[in-house]
Amino acid sequence: MHRTTGSTRPTRRPRRRSAATAGAAAALLLSLTATACGGDATTASDDQKLKGETITVAGVWTGVEQKNFKKVMDAFSEKTGAEMKFVSTGDNVSTVVGSKIQGGNAPDVVFVPQVGVLEQFAEKGWLKPLSKEVDKLAGDNFAPVWKEYGTVDGTFYGLYFKASHKSTVWYSPEAFEQAGVTPPKDYDEMLEVGRTLSDSGLAAFSVAGEAGWPLTDWFENVYLSQAGPEMYDKLAAHEIPWTDPSVVKALTTLGELFGDKELVEGGGSGALNTDFPESVEKVFGSDPKAGMVYEGDFVAGLISGQFGKKVGEDAKFFPFPAVDGGKPPVVGGGDAAVVLDEGKNANAGMEFVEFLATPEAARVWAEAGGFLSPNEALDLNAYQDETTRETAKSLVEAGDTVRFDMSDQAPAAFGGTQGAGEWKILQDFLRDPSDPKATAEELEAAAAKAWKKS
Amino acid sequence: MSATAPAVPPASAGGTPPAPPPPGAPAGADTPRRRAQRRRRLVAALFLLPALLLLGALVVYPILFSIGRSLFDASGTRFVGADNYVEMFRDPSTLKAIRNTTIWVVITPAVLTGLGLILAVLTEKIRWATAFKLLMFMPMAISFLAAGIIFRITYEQDPERGVLNAVAVGVHDVFADRPAYPGARAREDAGETPVTKDADGSYGTAADLTPGSTVSLGIVGVPPKEVPADAEPAAPAPKAGDGVLAGTVHLDFVPGGGGEPGRIDSGERGLPGMTVQAVRDGKVVGETTTAADGSFRLTGLADGSYAVRLPASNFAEPYGGVSWLGPALVTPAIIAAYLWVWTGFAMVLIGAGLAAMPRDVLEAARMDGASEWQIFRSITVPLLAPVLTVVFVTQVINVMKVFDLVYIIAPGPVLQEANVLAVQMWLVSFGGGNNQGLGSAIGVLLLLLVVPAMIFNIRRFRRSQS
Repeated sequence: MHRTTGSTRPTRRPRRRSAATAGAAAALLLSLTATACGGDATTASDDQKLKGETITVAGVWTGVEQKNFKKVMDAFSEKTGAEMKFVSTGDNVSTVVGSKIQGGNAPDVVFVPQVGVLEQFAEKGWLKPLSKEVDKLAGDNFAPVWKEYGTVDGTFYGLYFKASHKSTVWYSPEAFEQAGVTPPKDYDEMLEVGRTLSDSGLAAFSVAGEAGWPLTDWFENVYLSQAGPEMYDKLAAHEIPWTDPSVVKALTTLGELFGDKELVEGGGSGALNTDFPESVEKVFGSDPKAGMVYEGDFVAGLISGQFGKKVGEDAKFFPFPAVDGGKPPVVGGGDAAVVLDEGKNANAGMEFVEFLATPEAARVWAEAGGFLSPNEALDLNAYQDETTRETAKSLVEAGDTVRFDMSDQAPAAFGGTQGAGEWKILQDFLRDPSDPKATAEELEAAAAKAWKKS
Repeated sequence: MSATAPAVPPASAGGTPPAPPPPGAPAGADTPRRRAQRRRRLVAALFLLPALLLLGALVVYPILFSIGRSLFDASGTRFVGADNYVEMFRDPSTLKAIRNTTIWVVITPAVLTGLGLILAVLTEKIRWATAFKLLMFMPMAISFLAAGIIFRITYEQDPERGVLNAVAVGVHDVFADRPAYPGARAREDAGETPVTKDADGSYGTAADLTPGSTVSLGIVGVPPKEVPADAEPAAPAPKAGDGVLAGTVHLDFVPGGGGEPGRIDSGERGLPGMTVQAVRDGKVVGETTTAADGSFRLTGLADGSYAVRLPASNFAEPYGGVSWLGPALVTPAIIAAYLWVWTGFAMVLIGAGLAAMPRDVLEAARMDGASEWQIFRSITVPLLAPVLTVVFVTQVINVMKVFDLVYIIAPGPVLQEANVLAVQMWLVSFGGGNNQGLGSAIGVLLLLLVVPAMIFNIRRFRRSQS
């Protein structure tokens, strides 16, 4: 895939700080009028131009996330008078949306959580290309890579509103203090820190081997940093085979960690008995067994929610360190807003997506918490705690080198099936990392099969 | 149903039906007899229609559709002939599923029927039979999903969660001593007397120490809370006299970092209770344990050169129990869970057969002086054979389609090892494979395997009716 390099700086809009809501409202009006209405005076009728229209939004969010997203919708209806309705799709977005379209009850805006689903929707012709205004806002406020991931065959369909950051290594500051180490700057240093931790009596890493997906994330981070974004894109699209020397090299690098009994809690076989929540518990639970656990920003929710620890105090993170002198990797993901062709109020829906592209919409959720925005124009002070702010900063600073989770982009048979494909092969690799070459061959065999089928 | 000899004359012929004569009937033979026959057939067909429709829509059509679907590729648009069937037998995971299903079919129904029989015969003789039967039957009231989750936790590797391993570890620890410092290790290649790790997990110095010399051995990887409370700050190696090798075993790690590897720094503690051996020419000639400050003295040594060794028993990992859900034991473990659910059912069914057995035969045998074992073998079992066969064949069919227990109990990494055909069919078609062509082919294979058991059952059913 070809990507433009060098991100365009976001054009900052005047924003009043003193009264947050009023400021946001004003800035929103400015941005709306500037992009949609050509910068004319904001009249009252313009204000409530969507009065009487109902926009239906579908997304995977439930619980707190849904509640916080409703705040974003409320902010929009306050501005435009549109009535907003949210439908939760559960995990299986494509099935739910597909049946709703067939039933003549299509939502206007849908949040799709995976690149693959976005492509699938676009290929089925369900999507409306995003308007010029959204295009412009996205171009101004987002690193081009986010637009690329929302683009199918040259048409911009999906606006990434909510992002996730999957290159965070969480550690227990207490364990680090006990061992007298500080967060490492590169991969080798991380292994060194791990060995010192192990000398102090704690294992270095708790690895969730029973679930397959954390292993794919481990590999993706190492590969992205070591082989670089261009190779990463090629491998993600299966344009180069998994037997490529770069893959073998990344596996060898990863095997250095996985194969070291002192670095992995319980060794390979112990890690294979550890599921994901357990892996977090082993670091942040009541009886710590390891000092670090690698996974995405969502670990924070688990730490504070399930184990009652305070993120930022009892739990901190450092960015996944650079491997072999590469750039530190940032593997991300996100939910993209798309507008459905069949929606009854698709045009109003488009206005909503336009709103989502502004930093003001992102600010609403950022202030509520549990949210990362790829929007560069969003003031980092909107985030309520230091940890989230740092995560967001690292995501935005990574700019164009952010890459989406590779296994999410692969056919499910390869990248998303329990007990098969990449998950299973990397689990075998965790058990015995002595032969990266053979593992690469197995991966290639599975990938070839999966890509042939899809 | 026989429609050949209508004994009843037609009740009332309202009008002559305009239907043509049935095929094969001689022209113009539209006698009342034939009309009645046709009428009866029509009524029969009318009554059968709903059942036939349901059967057709819910059984025949899906079977035919699956067979057809199995001849197409993943997307369902391209005809691939027998490719899916070839692929099926080439795919190692499907082959493993076939192998495991075979294991299930060979072992489970036989064991289940046997267990059911034994329990049924035994419960006949005990006082609280009804209560016992009720208890045994209870797992049937639990859904497979719940049973699967129960056993998943029961089989858990961590003794703090899995009750089976808690028992295993508890029993083991009664008979074996717990190692002093599980998971700890000596710091290699540091300090004045570097140690190396041997193949058996012990650490030893080079064999060049003469009596009178001192050694200091640094240990790392001991969690702070595992250091014994009575451990004192590490003493510098004590004076060694004639025929004595002395030294200190200490925790070579200062909390908070710092300190020099291999040296006793301030803040480092001795490790009491560590076994230390003096080795000469591969033979252990002296053994002692360290004191509270980590010091030790190996006394009574003749002149010569020795190695000081920390045997592996100091560092052995604690016994972790049995890996029930490991690749080797996962299928037997799941079969055991299946037996837990179904044994009660088999027992009650066989018990019913026992109750219906003619008592006079048993009594006659007892009068003739037959032993209980002889009665069981020569009378009870043969008379129960029909019931036993029903249980057995039903279980063969049941076991072939087992899905939930396998899917729930087997953890992700060993799902392939525990795979059975029904699970593989689901995985391939919906659980990520998204290849419903190949999935249908596996479904057809499963159907073919079940059909003989079905035919057998129907035959038996017919025979017992006639």
